[in-house]
Amino acid sequence: MASSMLSLGSTSLLPREINKDKLKLGTSGSNPFLKAKSFSRVTMSVSVKPSRFESITMAPPDPILGVSEAFKADTNELKLNLGVGAYRTEELQPYVLNVVKRLEALASFSSLLLISFIHFLNRMASFQAENLMLERGDNKEYLPIEGLAAFNKATAELLFGAGHPVIKEQKYVATIQGLSGTGSLRLAAALIERYFAGAKVLISAPTWGNHKNIFNDAKVPWSEYRYYDPKTIGLDFEGMIADIKEAPEGSFILLHGCAHNPTGIDPTPEQWVKIADVIQEKNHIPFFDVAYQGFASGSLDEDASSVRLFAERGMEFFVAQSYSKNLGLYAERIGAINVVCSSADAATRVKSQLKRIARPMYSNPPVHGARIVANVVGDATMFGEWKAEMEMMAGRIKTVRQKLGKDWSFILKQIGMFSFTGLNKAQSDNMTNKWHVYMTKDGRISLAGLSMAKCEYLADAIIDSYHNALLYWETPIEL
Amino acid sequence: MAMMAIRNSASRRTMMSSPISGLRYMSTWWKNVEPAPKDPILGVTEAFLADSSPDKVNVGVGAYRDDNGKPVVLDCVREAERRIAGTSFMEYLPMGGSVKMVEETLKLAYGDNSEFIKDKRIAAVQSLSGTGACRVFADFQKRFCPGSQIYIPVPTWSNHHNIWRDAQVPQKTYHYYHPETKGLDFKGLMDDVKNAPEGSFFLLHACAHNPTGVDPTEEQWREISQLFKAKNHFAFFDMAYQGFASGDPARDAKSIRIFLEDGHHIGISQSYAKNMGLYGQRVGCLSVLCGDEKQAVTVKSQLQQLARPMYSNPPLHGAQIVSTILGDPELKSLWLKEVKIMADRIIGMRTTLRESLEKLGSPLSWEHVTKQIGMFCYSGLTPQQVDRLTSEYHIYMTRNGRISMAGVTTGNVGYLANAIHEVTKSS
Repeated sequence: MASSMLSLGSTSLLPREINKDKLKLGTSGSNPFLKAKSFSRVTMSVSVKPSRFESITMAPPDPILGVSEAFKADTNELKLNLGVGAYRTEELQPYVLNVVKRLEALASFSSLLLISFIHFLNRMASFQAENLMLERGDNKEYLPIEGLAAFNKATAELLFGAGHPVIKEQKYVATIQGLSGTGSLRLAAALIERYFAGAKVLISAPTWGNHKNIFNDAKVPWSEYRYYDPKTIGLDFEGMIADIKEAPEGSFILLHGCAHNPTGIDPTPEQWVKIADVIQEKNHIPFFDVAYQGFASGSLDEDASSVRLFAERGMEFFVAQSYSKNLGLYAERIGAINVVCSSADAATRVKSQLKRIARPMYSNPPVHGARIVANVVGDATMFGEWKAEMEMMAGRIKTVRQKLGKDWSFILKQIGMFSFTGLNKAQSDNMTNKWHVYMTKDGRISLAGLSMAKCEYLADAIIDSYHNALLYWETPIEL
Repeated sequence: MAMMAIRNSASRRTMMSSPISGLRYMSTWWKNVEPAPKDPILGVTEAFLADSSPDKVNVGVGAYRDDNGKPVVLDCVREAERRIAGTSFMEYLPMGGSVKMVEETLKLAYGDNSEFIKDKRIAAVQSLSGTGACRVFADFQKRFCPGSQIYIPVPTWSNHHNIWRDAQVPQKTYHYYHPETKGLDFKGLMDDVKNAPEGSFFLLHACAHNPTGVDPTEEQWREISQLFKAKNHFAFFDMAYQGFASGDPARDAKSIRIFLEDGHHIGISQSYAKNMGLYGQRVGCLSVLCGDEKQAVTVKSQLQQLARPMYSNPPLHGAQIVSTILGDPELKSLWLKEVKIMADRIIGMRTTLRESLEKLGSPLSWEHVTKQIGMFCYSGLTPQQVDRLTSEYHIYMTRNGRISMAGVTTGNVGYLANAIHEVTKSS
């Protein structure tokens, strides 16, 4: 579940108070990162003074990324990694999309072509070509702070639909290339902190673990709205609406555009309409996290329907995007933050301030992933191939769901890469310790990491853990 | 029919007249958002691109150009890309980035046979180039030394101020550039170091100071290091130009090596933007030397903890290029050759620019052009003179008079010298 990160890892170094309550980092007087006062000093040679960082404690392993590290260290043959949400083939191999492979192969060839092209153009003294070249970033020069223009155009079009009024001439949307979903969320969070002092962000209970870290580090207060109902292993819609209604007017509501992480439970189209209604009624600002467009249903357009509904209403809102999963570009950190404004002037100003936040963070974003996305989307053949590959990836996951869902029908109602199994921490621990199945402690499994061949093994593991975990582990595990 | 009309108008009324949903009301969300000022450095390139004059010269942003004024992709990089293309799976790097790339990068800064590397005393993470390394360090400083300040030289790369400001670390300055000599204000620097409270944090440029090109001599570095020891100050080195200053990366790391010899526990930001031409890939490294391995593991975990809510993990591509090159002796040796070529071209242009100005009979001394080192020359031009260079001669540089020597070529050095002479001859 949405357990505090501080509860994992080397708890012995942390003051006891921290473990007891889910501390919102950075908001209280005590610094949870520093050790309690008494600890032994390291003896060092005379010439070296004790470090000024002596009091620093070990950070707990990341509850998600730490799982993969534990998996890597496991030598058991049967081990299964259902931790991090990275797509795997049926053979449980990572998958580089064909379109991406082709582009990369072209890239090294094309850089040679480009150099000779540039020399040719130089003789023509064409500044436009230079402009274009710098614009395209092909020569590895810095991108502008806002990122690759071709990428920004493509990403907004993918999200809203090419003909959509809000992006016509791209006037009303401020789009900035960001460091995947995380980086894009962080830019938006920093903007909120700077211009909406005191405004709160409401996040679903549960949500992706890093959402809280992002808002904490950006010093934006947050609270939760009810989302997951453990009794039905479904959506607590009444609770969600009530909590959104109750929030102070002008709050930010963080919504997962599709394929909710970690539960896999999405509102129905009718429910989305009601959610939009209540948000408008309370004058809240919607804040979409779209990390799985195309991956949920297999269709880019269908997966963007929640976002487009809000755009239809003429609302002003935020959307963070990621291409980690749907283009398999995890490691290249490519995404975008979009701020839909009601005037072109506002969009211009907002964009300039987003740039001002990005500059002291990393100056300008990495070019490689942006170029890949822009090229895939900009080429009709490659775009078509991509859509087909995405349908295939989403299809494989659906098939795995269907196999598992024979025993657990709730799995069939969920969508996307993840499934909330309903297992608690003790049961999840049993999955790992006894069955070498790696998953996050909140009971989330990544179906992308599962093959048809392993479904039976997984089913056995789940049944055993569900029934017997408490027998195996006598000491109740602290949360 | 009538019902539908009523229903339609009712819903339209709800949409439009409700004070909550009208566009007029909505536009108040962003009312307080002012347009941000243009970035002083990157804004120069934007203006340059917009200029249609055939004579225009860009000596603004510090990106290397060859003698034809064109950006360069190093041969070692092209070869590395050829080897990498299509071979790797793009899975997330660990939060600390590419282990191999970090290993090789530490060798460059600390020395191939550094005892600190062997003893695993360095907490290091792959960073988003130099900016990202500085920012993660600034956030780390804020979190674990919350009462501390950062001492920043005057002048410095303008983004340094933005970085520590956004990390909410209060800033102080120390004397560095001496306008009269266009050299180092060594006395001023040492006084400020002495007068700073014990245990202060200082930002130092390891080599090829940006924007002045003025570096302390080896002897001066030794004195600075001794004074730092006496005051128990923390030295954070920004090394963005290793290889670019003298052409020899080992020599350019001398300041760092001196501090290490003297027993300081330092922090370092390293960037491959310039010396490997990987600007847009955003690849660099942040390292913090610790007392022992255990502390290094601890500090590294906290650096990662800061990176996770900023970008989760760093981009792969640039890191792969770096580790491919530095991990292959042939490619590494090719890289070293190419870095020397770039550095030598710049040194050559310094000489030519100075000689051209002297030949034109300039009343001023241009000795500093060849005394200064690295990519930049602090010309001593005033903002007004810079503005004239732009408006009358289409020459673009930052208003502090910083000339990016990397943008000077045999093709434009005469034009540049002439223009500078014209705007300065009456001073």
